[in-house]
Amino acid sequence: MYKIAAMGDKDSIYGFASLGLHIFPFDDVDDPSEAAHTLRRLAENGYAVVYITERLASLIETEIDRLSSQPLPAVVLIPGVRGNTGAGLANVSKSVEKAVGSDILSE
Amino acid sequence: MAVLNVNPTRMELTNLKRKLTTARRGHKLLKDKRDELMRRFLDLVRENKRLRIEVEDQIRSANVAMEAARSAMSDKALDVALMLPTQEMSLDVTEANIMSVLIPVFDVKLRTANENDIYSYGFAQTPGELDDAVRAFSNAMPNLLKLAELEKSCQLMASEIEKTRRRVNALEHVMIPQYEETIRYITMKLDENERSTTTRLMKVKDMMLAQTHNYK
Repeated sequence: MYKIAAMGDKDSIYGFASLGLHIFPFDDVDDPSEAAHTLRRLAENGYAVVYITERLASLIETEIDRLSSQPLPAVVLIPGVRGNTGAGLANVSKSVEKAVGSDILSE
Repeated sequence: MAVLNVNPTRMELTNLKRKLTTARRGHKLLKDKRDELMRRFLDLVRENKRLRIEVEDQIRSANVAMEAARSAMSDKALDVALMLPTQEMSLDVTEANIMSVLIPVFDVKLRTANENDIYSYGFAQTPGELDDAVRAFSNAMPNLLKLAELEKSCQLMASEIEKTRRRVNALEHVMIPQYEETIRYITMKLDENERSTTTRLMKVKDMMLAQTHNYK
């Protein structure tokens, strides 16, 4: 049985708590390594899906890239309350680029 | 292309010819694998993109609703309302196999079947905006899970395609030409040896004839 987690600033992820996701708030991150550490811990402790706000994700890209080649967990970027940075869609384009050689879906 | 460092013997030639056949067959198979993976990947990634745009929209409106709820109540009250969720969501993960890429398939398990258990607070002390916000998040959830599944699949397939493409290219542009070149080299060397043996024999025959019949 796997669990689901949400990481990011409290305002963006609080809504998920009521649905039964486990939330890990990171407000005003001074030390990104702490968030990276948490993500790693979640990955190793039976979380299958981790939703993470784009803002927080941009600080711990290396850890997310590392996890993207493993079968679990699925790390999914979601827009936070402070707007959409487009990082989520950019990631989709990135995997197209990786597979095809150029982003053929962008128009 | 460099010739492999091998002895120009018949045995090496047979070995190399066998390797070349294997390499050609492997190349053909990998190429087919790459094409099929690519076809599936493009379908998945198109779906992924569409779903992501939809989900981001849903989350944006959920966040707007949450913002409204937050303005209608104090931070502390909001904390209290959402502190102890009654619902708990967990996942069963099975694996599906697409062209030997293992992709996860998620199956949601809720602790309680009652769909109203997402409201973990008393309705008396919270504004209606909070209910809207929680419902908006709840509506986005099935799509969010689907998105997690799709996005992971796309990432895994992308790296598999990249690997396969490298293998195809390595076979096509390095291994196979190298084998062909080496086979040509050995064949020529062997032919050359044969010719030199023939000429040597002819020469020896001439010399022997000259000796016995005292030409000169």
